[in-house]
Amino acid sequence: MSSYGSSVRVAEASRVAIFGGTHGNEMSGVTLVNLWVKNSAEIQRKRVETKPFITNPKAVEKCSRYVDTDLNRAFTPENLRYTRHTAGNVSAPAGDELPYEVQRAQEINRIFGPKGSPEAYDVVFDLHNTTSNMGCTLILESSKDHFNLQMMNYIKKAIAPASCLVLLNEHPLLKYSTSRSVAKHPVGLEVGPQPQGVLRSNIFEAMRVILKHALDFIELFNEGMEFPTCTVEVFRVLDRIDYPRDANGNIIAMVHPNLQDCDWEPLNPGDPMFQSFDGKTIRYQGLGTVFPTFINEAAYYEKQQAFVTTRREALVASAIRKV
Amino acid sequence: MEHVSFLPLSRFAVCGGTHGNEMSGVYMVREMQRQKADRTGSVSVTSVLSNPPAVDACRRYMETDLNRCFTDALLSGPTTDDTPYELRRGRELNAQLGPKGSREAVDLLCDIHNTTANMAVCLIFYSFDWIALHIYKYIQSKMTSAPVRALCLNEPPSEAYSLESVGKHGIAIEVGPQPTGVVRADIFNMVKEAVDLTIEWLQKFNSGSTFEGGEVEAYTPVGSVDYPRDPTTGEITAAIHPQLQDNDFKVLRPGDPVFQLFSGETVKHEGDDLYPLFVNECAYYEKKVAFKLTKKITVTLPSVGVKKD
Repeated sequence: MSSYGSSVRVAEASRVAIFGGTHGNEMSGVTLVNLWVKNSAEIQRKRVETKPFITNPKAVEKCSRYVDTDLNRAFTPENLRYTRHTAGNVSAPAGDELPYEVQRAQEINRIFGPKGSPEAYDVVFDLHNTTSNMGCTLILESSKDHFNLQMMNYIKKAIAPASCLVLLNEHPLLKYSTSRSVAKHPVGLEVGPQPQGVLRSNIFEAMRVILKHALDFIELFNEGMEFPTCTVEVFRVLDRIDYPRDANGNIIAMVHPNLQDCDWEPLNPGDPMFQSFDGKTIRYQGLGTVFPTFINEAAYYEKQQAFVTTRREALVASAIRKV
Repeated sequence: MEHVSFLPLSRFAVCGGTHGNEMSGVYMVREMQRQKADRTGSVSVTSVLSNPPAVDACRRYMETDLNRCFTDALLSGPTTDDTPYELRRGRELNAQLGPKGSREAVDLLCDIHNTTANMAVCLIFYSFDWIALHIYKYIQSKMTSAPVRALCLNEPPSEAYSLESVGKHGIAIEVGPQPTGVVRADIFNMVKEAVDLTIEWLQKFNSGSTFEGGEVEAYTPVGSVDYPRDPTTGEITAAIHPQLQDNDFKVLRPGDPVFQLFSGETVKHEGDDLYPLFVNECAYYEKKVAFKLTKKITVTLPSVGVKKD
């Protein structure tokens, strides 16, 4: 990738995948990918091979988030490297069988990776839903991925005045090994609020429209269009806040009604944050204003997370053009 | 005007976690047990976590839906090694809070549920139970935080299948919308208010108050509608239409849209003016119900009071 001259040159994005069912109970992605596996006309573009793929079929079958372990945390270097001959410190259940999702991660890495290699897919869109009131959110894993930044800028402009925000998770401790991370340009698409196991028409259609614009961008890029430098507003993950718990680890308070559904709105020191079951208010004690998101996501109770805090940043995306 | 008298209602049970991922009831029961709430004036209060393993796993059920295990036939069947967990647990709960239909049963059993449907507070009970209807009337008159409605089921006692039928009087308190696995403070506060008002009514009743009769609106089931499905695979081919989504209790007229096929076409309601409930309830996908249909009725309540001798 050359960065001399006015544009960064990026390789043509000829191999693209759309992952659904990474969490088997997040229904928009499951439904869209199943539709496109049957009939892919809607996702065809010139010069782009787009493959729809159900990443966790057993979890989809059970309509559960996962079977043994969270697939969207399973793409660690250790898991992807693990074989019977390199036992390392990965513990396998009795019978020398890896957890189902670790096996899936290795399979997905073979098909769409290997992660970090030149053979990996160019772009992977990973479709998710959340019980949080996040609206349409694009998740970015690197602030230096100018291709992704330009795509996200394109999508935001295309759906305006409807909103699509960008969440950047580059935090060294809080970032995690996602299924999409096998690709050179991983894009998370998170749309909410939607309960697990439920398909809401408005959420489904919103996700469908975003993917349409994303594929339009890739087609334009592959045809040689230059995308001039631009500024993209992102929300950078700062911290994770857990529920107040008792000595046995049981939750003793709920997200406060004033914070519930207020994803992306400023949370100031002193604002109500939690309400205990007996009615008391617990306030945010941080040093400054933050922008919370993933507020009251069902799957995060077990991950000790009531919400994440973010700060707003303007990232500059270099001009890009295909090589 | 008619007046009906009842013996004092002194034993009240609150159940939560009958479905292990409906979190208001789980946390309500945990909080009541933490506060060791067991008596409020004339009313003794028992709180029970109905399905502990399902709560631990945060699942609706382990083997079969606990809230369908309470018909007379299922309660009295033989217990063997093959009996599913929830059938066995149902029989335990029947022994603890019932037996259903006997004098030893608790006077009132409230079972707390959540739904992903936009039903606000909906009290569900069997046929025309004057006590349940008066409690509904009372809660509806006092609660300002949300609409309160009633769904009267048609089954005779022997066929009544849900947990609240174990009590002499029973009410399922169904509150939504709330996703499974999530506890929302606004929804929890509605549940708490409904339970507190129920206890308040019981105390007033026991202390001799007469509750005036009158008319109340309620809904009774007429049928249910499944999702459009692919005839070969059985897979769902549509979502609830945006104009129906979140519009529980809003009248459906012939020609109103109910489904939007993934290919874009609209499916419309045919038949009478009816009221949809449980619109897009996640647990009902497997029961082949996209929404239930009800008709609105007016019930004339007698006045009620405790028997004075």
